[in-house]
Amino acid sequence: MGNGAVLTGRHFMMGNIACAEGALAAGCRFAAGYPITPATEVAERLAERLPAVGGTFLQMEDEIASIAAVIGASWGGMKAMTATSGPGISLMLENIGFALGTETPCVIVNVMRGGPTTGIPSVELQGDVVQPRRGSHGDYQIIALAPSSVQESFDYTVEAFNLAERFRTPVFVLSDAFLGHMREELLVPSADRIPLAERKRFPAGADVETLPAFLDEDVAPMPIFGEGHKAHVTSSCHDAFGRRNVIDASALDVFIRKLNEKIARHRDEIVRVAADLEGSDVGLVSYGSVFRCAQAAVEAGRAEGLRLGWFKLGTIWPFPDRELAEAASRVKHLMVLENNLGQVVDYVRAAAASRCTVSFLPPRVLGELHEIEDILKAVREVRP
Amino acid sequence: MSLTTFEHPLAKYIRPSAKKTANCPGCGNGILAQSILRAIEGLGLTLDDFVFVSGIGCAAWIPSPSFFADVLHTTHGRPIAFATGIKAALPAKHVMVVSGDGDLTAIGGNHLIHAARRNIAMTVVCVNNGIYGMTGGQVAPTTPLGLTTVTTPFGNAENPFDICELVKGAGASFVARWTTYHPRQMEKTIKKAIQKKGFAFVEVLSQCPVEFGRKTGMGNTVQMLEWYKTKSVTLARAQGMKPEELRDRIVVGEFVDVDKPELIETLAAVRAKAMASA
Repeated sequence: MGNGAVLTGRHFMMGNIACAEGALAAGCRFAAGYPITPATEVAERLAERLPAVGGTFLQMEDEIASIAAVIGASWGGMKAMTATSGPGISLMLENIGFALGTETPCVIVNVMRGGPTTGIPSVELQGDVVQPRRGSHGDYQIIALAPSSVQESFDYTVEAFNLAERFRTPVFVLSDAFLGHMREELLVPSADRIPLAERKRFPAGADVETLPAFLDEDVAPMPIFGEGHKAHVTSSCHDAFGRRNVIDASALDVFIRKLNEKIARHRDEIVRVAADLEGSDVGLVSYGSVFRCAQAAVEAGRAEGLRLGWFKLGTIWPFPDRELAEAASRVKHLMVLENNLGQVVDYVRAAAASRCTVSFLPPRVLGELHEIEDILKAVREVRP
Repeated sequence: MSLTTFEHPLAKYIRPSAKKTANCPGCGNGILAQSILRAIEGLGLTLDDFVFVSGIGCAAWIPSPSFFADVLHTTHGRPIAFATGIKAALPAKHVMVVSGDGDLTAIGGNHLIHAARRNIAMTVVCVNNGIYGMTGGQVAPTTPLGLTTVTTPFGNAENPFDICELVKGAGASFVARWTTYHPRQMEKTIKKAIQKKGFAFVEVLSQCPVEFGRKTGMGNTVQMLEWYKTKSVTLARAQGMKPEELRDRIVVGEFVDVDKPELIETLAAVRAKAMASA
């Protein structure tokens, strides 16, 4: 890696800064963004660090231009990212669909804040967790990771770049205002201990008219611009050679299915969960900053003799349905904790089916973290 | 060479699988496409020296899929923003955006003015047919005041943009305008635009006989080209004319050709500064 891109060592760092450092360690050399609370520190850090490692940061005129520039840079062969918060994601969604449809690797960080609409910029809310899955128009699969610590802000950003490169697709990192501004310990390994994935490149001398560069469920090689491949890249419905077909519904069927299958078929490679459900009757399902409350509640609950465990969603999309189904058959009850009025809980209910009962617990005040005692009170009242 | 084996001299630049055109009969796109390709050939460059970027609308179909080159056909209004990322990643390549007036000045107006302000080295060819052609002839920010379109059935109530003035005001280092009546002048100007180290903007007034001419009463292709011919006045001549004489005239020529700091170069300087202090 060289040039000081990897800040190997032990740090006391803010989540947003760790996210930027994860991007640099992953090989990100282009970032574009627009100022927005509570995500701005990611852009500020990248603006400071990228030029020093030979990269580029551009502050664009808006979020639409930011994601567009990121996609352009990715086709120019660079690992690229943007970081924003809810309102910015809302503006980016059309072009995120473009990245999906053209199979462009890139990373989008959403440091979630209180919404809907302008909401409260500095208060965290897990309000945008379903948005990546269904926000852009049309039918598609997406990858979204949810870190729950400063360490994971670094690790998951590296992982997001690796998944983006591996599957030639946009990948979300769903952070939040609490996590983004929280400071804790970060351990950055040496560069050689950070496994990096690189996109499969279109072979030199191969012909884009005869070798498919799109719509392969096992990921087609990417004809990077500037290498003489003469690639035709369009977000209109196209075939495996990038040739536009806006006439046949059967072409659209293939277009949608292949892109979906590319993620769905490899979900086991993507999905990451962690659980401690040993001897538990009740499992607390959570993700992101709320996982910290769940973990603390399990510790406190066990101390008072409750048969309580936790299940953490590291990946929100693709949804860890099989893993949750398995967890649901091990416990009597799953309690979903989210800092919203219930977004992922519906997916948990569907995954658990009738294997166990499922309930939902928001914090007492949306935008604040769950009180440990509130969680334990709810657990004591569970009658599966 | 017999007539049966005759091949268009620019055919080598066309993607083999692009067998058809989406352009209507009489469209100005073909004239412009040839001017672009002749300019590239005339400079001794190949299509591998370029990345083409287009948006949504009829003009976007000039490079996509026809030009046998790297082509990114983007979302509506955003090609310049995509092109900015491409240029940053591939500074040695020529990046050319070809798109329409609706794409670049309405939905994408913000990207146009900011790219001009940044003075990023790229060529932007704006095909101005004064209408939304692809969707069936709706009013555009370039449609003349009073003109009847399908969304202004009682006449257009709005003033049109002078796109070149807009881009000039935003800070581009090269700004020019021609019409499809001027393919040779256009070719020379596009050559200059490609060679310009900075944001180079070429507006091309282009006839849309089907959605503009037919629906607004401006006539067919020949009538519209005739209109461009009689209404056009070169910049040199226009400078000696009074404002009232210039009303309803199309001033053509090269309006701006200046040297000023260019983004890719200033970014390289930023990088050098950052590396020195790291």
